Amino acid sequence: MSPKAYRRRLDIKDGRVDLSHGSGGRAMAQLIADVFHDALDNDWLRRGNDQAAFDVAAGRMVMTTDGYVISPLFFPGGDIGSLAVHGTINDVAMAGARPCYLSASFIIEEGFALADLKRIADSMGDAARAAGVPVITGDTKVVERGKADGVFISTTGVGVVPDGLDLSAEKARPGDRVILSGTIGDHGIAVMSKRQNLTFDADIVSDSAALHGLVAEMVAAGGSALRVMRDPTRGGLAAALNELAQQSRVGFLISEEAVPVKPGVAAACELLGLDPLHVANEGKLVAIVAPDAADAVLAAMRADALGCNAAIIGEVIADDHRFVQMTTSFGGGRIVDWLSGEQLPRIC
Amino acid sequence: MKYVDEYRDGRLARALAARIANAADAAGSYHFMEFCGGHTHAISRYGLEDLLPANVRMIHGPGCPVCVLPVGRIDAAIRLAERPEVTLCTYGDVMRVPGSHGTSLLRAKAAGADIRMVYSTLDAVRIAQAEPQREIVFFAIGFETTTPPTALAIRLAAEKRLENFSVFCNHVLTPAAIQNILESPDVRELGRVRIDGFIGPAHVSTVIGTEPYAFFAEEFEKPVVVAGFEPLDVMLAILMLIRQVNEGRHEVENQYVRAVKPQGNAKAKAEVAEIFELRKSFEWRGLGLVPYSGLRLKEAYAQYDAERRFGVEYVAARDNSACECGAILRGVKKPIDCKLFGTVCTPETPMGSCMVSAEGACAAHWTYGRFRDRTRRAS
Repeated sequence: MSPKAYRRRLDIKDGRVDLSHGSGGRAMAQLIADVFHDALDNDWLRRGNDQAAFDVAAGRMVMTTDGYVISPLFFPGGDIGSLAVHGTINDVAMAGARPCYLSASFIIEEGFALADLKRIADSMGDAARAAGVPVITGDTKVVERGKADGVFISTTGVGVVPDGLDLSAEKARPGDRVILSGTIGDHGIAVMSKRQNLTFDADIVSDSAALHGLVAEMVAAGGSALRVMRDPTRGGLAAALNELAQQSRVGFLISEEAVPVKPGVAAACELLGLDPLHVANEGKLVAIVAPDAADAVLAAMRADALGCNAAIIGEVIADDHRFVQMTTSFGGGRIVDWLSGEQLPRIC
Repeated sequence: MKYVDEYRDGRLARALAARIANAADAAGSYHFMEFCGGHTHAISRYGLEDLLPANVRMIHGPGCPVCVLPVGRIDAAIRLAERPEVTLCTYGDVMRVPGSHGTSLLRAKAAGADIRMVYSTLDAVRIAQAEPQREIVFFAIGFETTTPPTALAIRLAAEKRLENFSVFCNHVLTPAAIQNILESPDVRELGRVRIDGFIGPAHVSTVIGTEPYAFFAEEFEKPVVVAGFEPLDVMLAILMLIRQVNEGRHEVENQYVRAVKPQGNAKAKAEVAEIFELRKSFEWRGLGLVPYSGLRLKEAYAQYDAERRFGVEYVAARDNSACECGAILRGVKKPIDCKLFGTVCTPETPMGSCMVSAEGACAAHWTYGRFRDRTRRAS
């Protein structure tokens, strides 16, 4: 597009995305320039290539991808844009890695308000800048009304693993400690509180946050004593621990009393018949750490704002059945099972 | 959480456990049935088994609304939902209950039926108002606790003159089911199930009160203690039952005094009586046909009765032949006695209804307690 050609400014305030915004023509170029490049601005995007070129670090890299289809798009504590940045950064960071770059792909429904799209892109840009992880390449598609729900976003992230670190899901060993970085269930309950048919007044904000800073502190304190980390998103802490139990062929024994839950989240769960252990988080991690290093890692986590409520919640045990067991605060024992069925669709 | 945490206090639980252990006669044993799924869930969720002496055994009763719904009623609901003009509104738990031939409402929905999950009967009324061109059918299930909200929805629909709202009524009555269990050959003649007393319903009793249980206490000489759904409620009720047994008493006692009055909730009962009447009999999964145990809409409200409106024919259907839900609901068998339990029947792929609801005996044991089976059977 010639820079001199006349073009009508995008009507961000009242305009809507139409099919021409995905057609490859001028309208699409304008949407990308005015909404996305403006919000996510960096050297790579400014070059306008179909790909972003960057130097590859020596050593090991990690790569991850994630799709975001959350409903509603805006929720207390974030929106689909910030979530798409935080979620993918966290998946990279769970390898102990330093996230470097993101890509983003948008599938937008015809008729979607440009103002909302801009708000989402701006939020994404803010989150990426705050995290120091730029979105360096992307794609936009528009589908007919009814073929998507507002906007879906996919992001891919790459990162670099510090030398000597090899976190992996099969590495939990009996005796290892289980450290949780903070309260559980905040994100899921914040989203549910805004669902159309489930509106209730709750002063709960999503915990959506990028955890790579916290992870860097943990790596510095624990190094190779970190066996594996997970961010307990869909399915909650229960799913994260059950996955690790399967992959490491071990069991877990955790204490209900040690798992921090905010009173408002506990109350909402009570009301809705949910178990906070099954409710999604977007700014928490669970780490399996060798026993000798657990205290040092815990101290490092507590020194970070995102880990100030961190706690050792239990330990890895030998168990051929790979059960996640919990001592209830009531005094009895129970299993912490996977969530069965669907608690609430499209939570992230 | 105020008014909740107090009833889950671990220190009080240990003290109560010690008193139960003291009260229980070591030479004898105690078999109590908790009728309600809410109690079953609390027992499993808080690991009460670990706090009770070995000679106190809890038998899980049929008081789980989803579990007692017979296959034929699910089939009928699916047929209703498959009608192009119908939107079927239902509580979430029911979605996964297996019907005949591997069907369920969840699968019918995936295949295109308009089935919507609601959290309240009023949501269904709102949908009927918002979408006058659709026939909104509320799939009503549950005991005396969920019946008043259904009655309220029907009254509201009548007040608003909604012509596209109806109810597929499957409401059932607790006392009739308890009587059926006590009269069953398993308990009476064969002695296969020993029941020394009942933990009476919590929420149901807030509506019907404690008076309806007096008959069982007298006629069948079984103590009944109405108890709340919190774990300390259940433990205190167990202690009260043990004392009654030890003293040879069989009375109706109320542990749940903070919510249950002897005469119940007169307003809710009146609301139900205005709209519903007894069916001659109703099929329960596990119990079969139980006389005067189910409700239907009165003639005056016939236009809100989906069975009349759509000419629903009830066709009884068989459970999977290996499924032991029936025997489990009667207390004859435990989940672990079922060949399907934990093999092909899990909460993800339930074969029987006891595996569907979190209140079902099988789902509760699978989800919370199966680690105790290690010594009994390789999982």
